[in-house]
Amino acid sequence: MYPRRRMVALFAGIVMTVLPLATPRQAHAGPPPAPRDIALVDTITWGANQSTITAFRSMGQERWLQSQLHPAPGDHLAKAAQQQIDALAVSKRSALELANDFDSVARVANEIADPDQRAAAQNILQNDMTDIAKQAATASILRALYSPDQLQERMTWFWFNHFNVHQYKANLRVLVGDYERNAIRKHALGHFRDLLMATLRHPAMLRYLDNADNAVGHINENYAREIMELHTLGVGSGYSQQDVEALAHILTGAGIDLKPENPKLKPELQKLLVRDGLFEFNPARHDFADKVLLGKPIKGSGFAEIEQALDLLCASPATAQHVSRQIAVYFVADDPPKALTDRMAQTFMQTQGDIAKVLDTMFHAPEFTAALQTRFKDPVRYVFSAVRLAYDDKVIVNTVPIQNWLNRLAEGLYNHQTPDGYAMVSSAWDSSGQMTARFEIARQIGSNSAGLFKAAGPATVEQPAFPLLQNGLYFDGLQSGLSAKTRAALDRANSPQDWNTLFLSSPEFMR
Amino acid sequence: MRLMRRDLIAGLATLAPLTAAGHLWAAPATSARLLVVFLRGAYDATNIVIPVRSDFYHASRPSLAIAKPDPAIATSALPLDADWGLHPALRGTILPLFKKGQVAFVAFAGTDDLTRSHFETQDTIELGQDVKGARDYRSGFMARLVKTLTQPKPIAFTDQLPLTFQGGAAIPNIAINNVGKPAIDARQASLITSMYDGTPLAASVHEGFQVRDDVYHAITDHMLEANRGAVSPKGFELSARRIGQLMKDQFNVGFVDVGGWDTHVNQGAATGYLADRIGELGRGLAGFAEEIGAQWNDATVVVISEFGRTFRENGNRGTDHGHGSVYWVLGGGIKGGRIAGEQVPVDQAHLFQNRDYPVLTDYRALLAGLFQRMYGLDQSGLQRVFASVQPKNLGLL
Repeated sequence: MYPRRRMVALFAGIVMTVLPLATPRQAHAGPPPAPRDIALVDTITWGANQSTITAFRSMGQERWLQSQLHPAPGDHLAKAAQQQIDALAVSKRSALELANDFDSVARVANEIADPDQRAAAQNILQNDMTDIAKQAATASILRALYSPDQLQERMTWFWFNHFNVHQYKANLRVLVGDYERNAIRKHALGHFRDLLMATLRHPAMLRYLDNADNAVGHINENYAREIMELHTLGVGSGYSQQDVEALAHILTGAGIDLKPENPKLKPELQKLLVRDGLFEFNPARHDFADKVLLGKPIKGSGFAEIEQALDLLCASPATAQHVSRQIAVYFVADDPPKALTDRMAQTFMQTQGDIAKVLDTMFHAPEFTAALQTRFKDPVRYVFSAVRLAYDDKVIVNTVPIQNWLNRLAEGLYNHQTPDGYAMVSSAWDSSGQMTARFEIARQIGSNSAGLFKAAGPATVEQPAFPLLQNGLYFDGLQSGLSAKTRAALDRANSPQDWNTLFLSSPEFMR
Repeated sequence: MRLMRRDLIAGLATLAPLTAAGHLWAAPATSARLLVVFLRGAYDATNIVIPVRSDFYHASRPSLAIAKPDPAIATSALPLDADWGLHPALRGTILPLFKKGQVAFVAFAGTDDLTRSHFETQDTIELGQDVKGARDYRSGFMARLVKTLTQPKPIAFTDQLPLTFQGGAAIPNIAINNVGKPAIDARQASLITSMYDGTPLAASVHEGFQVRDDVYHAITDHMLEANRGAVSPKGFELSARRIGQLMKDQFNVGFVDVGGWDTHVNQGAATGYLADRIGELGRGLAGFAEEIGAQWNDATVVVISEFGRTFRENGNRGTDHGHGSVYWVLGGGIKGGRIAGEQVPVDQAHLFQNRDYPVLTDYRALLAGLFQRMYGLDQSGLQRVFASVQPKNLGLL
């Protein structure tokens, strides 16, 4: 038994001595936040913390919601986070530049005559590629933790997962950062068709699902099938193997070109060439035969066929249903109410796939409100919410521990091998092995700063920091939601570290 | 030996019938061990168990075909029988087991799911329900099997609990390649367990701490006694060897999956990407047989995959999504050393939809046939696992 008052005093003592600058926040002046408000913020963001709750309360619910749905263009992160992102090589180089950098290094490495030296050079190249992907993950994690545009970050993760690519295929490690930034985040709250087209034109997707190799006479169905099955219509919605083949033929010629000069083309084909960064639609690789997709004729015409195909797919009620349901599964329930997803799909159809409008419909639905604080956190939400609550706006300087935790919990960034993305249903994440791994990570997050405040490199000094979970938000709101059993266990904590571990392991923090 | 065990079970069943929920249950053989290995991504069965006598095979795969068996050529197929050969990457691992009669390949095996979707068809297999009916995602076939057995000790050697073990009691899972010393101590484990008392996750949390300790001790004890200076295996071989240690006496119904089989581009032939993957699988399965020791005689390992791949190579020296596959059954006591199941000639006329292997042996019928023999399950027991499926006895057990 550990008397709570004494423990809190001891805890405050630790904070005072270790962390003189980060004294616990004063509880917000005026009445404490309603539990429902905390739950709403917690559901829409990567996790409630004091600063987000403060913003919510100063704006009021509706203005805050609209600011989340329609963030002003550009970045709004605190300087300490933005500077770290800007300093990364992955932030300074485009996909085109990075792919070219690594391609030329690879060529040099492959031409080294001595086999041992060649292997050593290739090894360095591989490590450098891995490093670029880790930089991309760093930028992604810093945004998730510290961007005030939290919904945009939630939806960036969601859409990356929806249009999943795996970093360990080919050179994707140097492409995932650009893919996330320019194909996904830019359209995360925009129109679905723009998002779909941005992924279609991105080299990460073209390489991952093999469309870069899909050409007339060399048909590869992989991407065509997944566009219909996963990205738009959904499996079992009525398309056929013939439709898959038709779309594969429509997609012939959409690929990647690293070379600065245009491919040699017959004069009549030259005007049909499309280039944009690494993306190239090469008409010489395209099958110009007429096609029939979903019962509609598509005349052989080049890239315009792809535009028509996406129009057809995005206008289909099956796509509205499939996408709406995926969003509702992410935010509401394993099996979201049909009445809710129907209304979301209706908004999708009426607004030509305006994602913010679909989310707006969901956020204002009674089914959404009724489900607040019932959704079991997947590992990414679990880890991000714990770090956000523990350190609020004190910016970490090393994301590697977080990357490792996510990998250990089997939900690493850019690390799902297959195009279906990580499962969103609770049963994927609440098994016995998942729970014990999660408790181990609760202990790591709760016991000390876990390396989050020690920058990478040999001679860096660790900043003093301690996970501050018994903070204003806890006493003002979170505490009241704890069960008697959880309170009893927390009362038996024998140190602040132990208390943190138990709190982050509690059933209440899993939702 | 096998016969004696079966007689004993039959005897037990008559002596001590067990009743549950009003049903008379057969007492299954507790010595039997089942490991299901799921190759996710649809492995290219056609290039692993090779129709060596088919000219159509060589014509359909100009850059991928494995050469006909020829002892003088190391990259040629290894003869299994007159019609079939084995991928040369399995020479030192699976071929010796096949020669001992401890491996059988079931040709033209698969499902009646025609979506050619990886995820849909993996779900189909893991659920093991009628493909035409409404799906119950909380009822995987291995979970139903576990409920039917009297002394099951099930476990998934995966970092997430697979669909096939969903439903019913909490079944443990463990990331078998990532077993470390637990930092949550016994006092904390007990406090955490108390917080979950009475919640839906109570059993899962309790079970998790139990299995965590058991597995950690089993693996570290073994490492201390066996791994002195030896090159330690990696990847699936490491997993499979640990699984062998754990299924020796701690667990008897296991599941593991291996990814990376979706070879649309440059899959290679006798060497290359697919050869490396299948070589690793072979080392893993042979390692499992070694580690489980004498219990290998009571073990049945079934290797499955969601579907086969196109019979013809595609435009990118790879293969696309197909239909029929080849499943593997391994074990010290099986009647293997042969290609089992109904067969048809491998030619264009016998392709399904002029692109894939047909499915002549349904996965559920095959598994039901194995379960019937392994566990002495009667018709009603089998029906609880696979409703309205007729077991197919291929004489493997």
